[in-house]
Amino acid sequence: MIRFLASRLAFAAAVLLALSAFVFLLFFVAPGDPARLLTGEKATEAQVAQVRANLGLDRPIHEQYLTFLGRTMKGDLGFSYRNQQPVTRLIANRMPATISLGIGAILLWVGIGIPIGIMSARHPGSLRDRLGQGFILVGISFPTFVLGMASLYFLYFLPRQLGFTLFPGGGYKSFLSNPWIWAWHMVLPWTTLALASAAIYARLTRGEMLAVMGEDYIRTARAKGLSERKVVYKHGLRGILTPLTTQLGADIAAVLGGAIVTEQVYGLQGLGSLAVQAVGNQDRPIIIGVVLLAGLFIVVANIVVDLLYVLLDPRVR
Amino acid sequence: MAILEARNLNIALPTGDGMVHAARDVSFSVQPGEMFGIAGESGSGKSVLAQAILGLLPTAEVEGEIWFEGKNLLALGSRELQQLRGARIAMISQDPLSCLHPFYTIGSQITEAIHTHRRVGRAVARREAIDVLKRVGITSAAERFDHFPHQFSGGMRQRVMIAMAVVLNPALLIADEPTTALDVTVQAQIIKLLDDMRRELGTAVMMITHDLGLLSSVADHVMVMYAGNRMELGPAQAVLADPAHPYTVGLLASSPSNHEPGSELTPIIGQPPSLLARPDSCTFAPRCARVMPACRSRRPAERVFADGSRSLCWLEAKASALPVTRPAQQVAGRRDAVEHEDAVVRVRDIHLAFSSGGLLRPRQRTEVLKGISLELRRGRTLGIVGESGCGKSTLARVIAGLIPASSGTVEVQGKDISRLNPAEWHELRKTVQVVFQDPFGSLNPRRRVGSIIGDPFRIHRVAHGVARRQRVQALMEKVGLNPEHYNRFPSEFSGGQRQRIGIARALALNPSLIIYDEPVSALDVSIQAQVLNLIRSLQAELGLTYLFISHDLSVVRHVSDEIAVMNAGRIVELGDAEQVYSAPVHPYTQTLLAAARPLPSGASPRVGSEEMREGAT
Repeated sequence: MIRFLASRLAFAAAVLLALSAFVFLLFFVAPGDPARLLTGEKATEAQVAQVRANLGLDRPIHEQYLTFLGRTMKGDLGFSYRNQQPVTRLIANRMPATISLGIGAILLWVGIGIPIGIMSARHPGSLRDRLGQGFILVGISFPTFVLGMASLYFLYFLPRQLGFTLFPGGGYKSFLSNPWIWAWHMVLPWTTLALASAAIYARLTRGEMLAVMGEDYIRTARAKGLSERKVVYKHGLRGILTPLTTQLGADIAAVLGGAIVTEQVYGLQGLGSLAVQAVGNQDRPIIIGVVLLAGLFIVVANIVVDLLYVLLDPRVR
Repeated sequence: MAILEARNLNIALPTGDGMVHAARDVSFSVQPGEMFGIAGESGSGKSVLAQAILGLLPTAEVEGEIWFEGKNLLALGSRELQQLRGARIAMISQDPLSCLHPFYTIGSQITEAIHTHRRVGRAVARREAIDVLKRVGITSAAERFDHFPHQFSGGMRQRVMIAMAVVLNPALLIADEPTTALDVTVQAQIIKLLDDMRRELGTAVMMITHDLGLLSSVADHVMVMYAGNRMELGPAQAVLADPAHPYTVGLLASSPSNHEPGSELTPIIGQPPSLLARPDSCTFAPRCARVMPACRSRRPAERVFADGSRSLCWLEAKASALPVTRPAQQVAGRRDAVEHEDAVVRVRDIHLAFSSGGLLRPRQRTEVLKGISLELRRGRTLGIVGESGCGKSTLARVIAGLIPASSGTVEVQGKDISRLNPAEWHELRKTVQVVFQDPFGSLNPRRRVGSIIGDPFRIHRVAHGVARRQRVQALMEKVGLNPEHYNRFPSEFSGGQRQRIGIARALALNPSLIIYDEPVSALDVSIQAQVLNLIRSLQAELGLTYLFISHDLSVVRHVSDEIAVMNAGRIVELGDAEQVYSAPVHPYTQTLLAAARPLPSGASPRVGSEEMREGAT
């Protein structure tokens, strides 16, 4: 077990190192000169050279990379080219909105998708199954931004026209100052981000559940005299936890990608919008910081899934 | 007073093709504490019957009555049925691996049954579960309580299933093919355990099986089913030793263990009928050796005989009075003729090891084959028997050149197959052909049968166009398939026919060696006999050399000239088939034979010969 964990951690470190080198190199070969961008069109060549020297951009790439690596190890991601603020602080400021969005959305889609999937699978072909499948079809067919626009229209714009505010149209309020206000502001972003995934989870749950309910051990459970509830929730659901965990691990890692669109639609000041702005500004330290954070996130999510696997499936222990 | 009484049961299951009539007017009763056997081939409706008793067929239309402890099970609500299931009627089924939940410990699965039906504390339930585990022969039961199903062998898992079934002391235990997925030596132990349990606890056991021989030693009554009909019912002795129905006679005659080795088996002709129709005639009539005009026009009435057996047949006397022909000594002659022939394959000291592990894990070597040497002589059959995991299929793959050996040599027609150049390798593929076990999985469902059989011609560029078609159709005819079915898909063929397709494909390039890897183990007895006869007649006709692998001793003995007994990667005994069978030297061979002993004396049908059975015991 410890050996397993150690090998996973070593692998994770290697992945992150490779990622950092890759991103660093990518920006080095990319066109555009950050020093020129910073100093502006009217700056003299000498001024640009001065800025370039200040940023350390005149040194050979391997030297730059090693310096960067050394600083990163100490938790220092450098300063934004734009406003000279530490990247770590910029990221830290943007974290609460993204984390709120991500965790809430994940809980929401798991909480909607899995029950709908189970409902569908318990009585295949029934009205409830067809309702569930209808939900799956709609959720999967619409892209996030369409769902976002639709929820914004029906839950924010339309009520406003009728003279009341059902949900606010955007903005992030701190969880610590007032959790109620925080949740109220997050409902629309959560729904937008979660609906498509909820449909995917409903479909996955339905399919896996249908397969498991045909297993011999389900017949054994019934032959024992267990109630149908216990057969479904104790024996059936337990059997599909492994595939669900696999999917969840991959999706948690990808939630940052979905968050970019949602943050734009609802004007949330999160990591997604930070990354979008940084790309526009060629603000390399921020981009590298966000990419590394996303990489760290994916790597950690994968390790957690691997560990959960060991806990869930006695056969791989 | 019977503990279970089924009256005029009719079961119909809705499927995509229409209603399947899985049971038709079936009545029977089970006495307290008895072993009641239900025998039949796949599709006979025997498992459906078992599930109908427990109410586990929610979509089925079930008519009739099933009386159990004063209640009609078919009239009970789901809650009342739940209270009976597990507590009064328990069930164990075929595959103990898939029947236990893989993610819960075996102990918790047993205590779950206790907690469902009785209000007891955790400690009490645990103690009772450990007690019952001990009773079914699980050693250090207290420790193994917390183990998961995958940590047990197949036989041990079936013991756990039995423990789970008997822990609440039910009045009736339904065992649906409890030993089919197990090795021979384990099968015997499980049957004995079930027999002991019912004697100890007074539980009636309803044993469902496709293997009539299995019932002979333990069952009190036997019911034979065919296409949803109860063909015959009576005391086990009467049914097995003096069968009344031609179908029962046919079943017994198809089994190689009731025949002189090497002789022609007496298969039941044709295929089982579709259950979609409910014909107003005898369902067995199209396959029956004793069919009469009345059989085709009216459904037979039940006839009761003096010994208590009942038969659904128009015959007035028992069908077993029919003499079954046994061609006698042709075998010996054939064997003598091929003495001193050259070896097609020479295997010398083959070792095969797989290694596992990776970068950070210590490498582990698992030896699968530990020094195998043998010779296959032209025109003869070498049978390899052994239990699952002994390496017999792996050996076949090594000889076919599909897996390279770690050390040792395989010579095919004098050439070491590890030193072949690509051209010679191509040539070897013509010489050695393999027929695989699973007739469903080994044929591509999306390709037409004609092109599957024609593949060898295409790959080796032997024949094209019309010529290829003609040769394929000739092959189809040779293996007993209708050549007009050239354009059909594999799904349109039955299991036995698919195995014929596999054999036709193997024959295409006139190979010198055909390796059969469990060719009949997925087939029903009556179909198995047809395929075995085909395999033997082809050998006689074409002078083929066979390597025949099976876990079934009677099948191997039936087709083989020589037998190699494998255990844990080694050949423990190798010799003349008759000698290995009648005078086994190695203790493992003796165990294997004892476990697979055919019908015990006294319960033998007239189709077998006395000398043969004595030789086996």
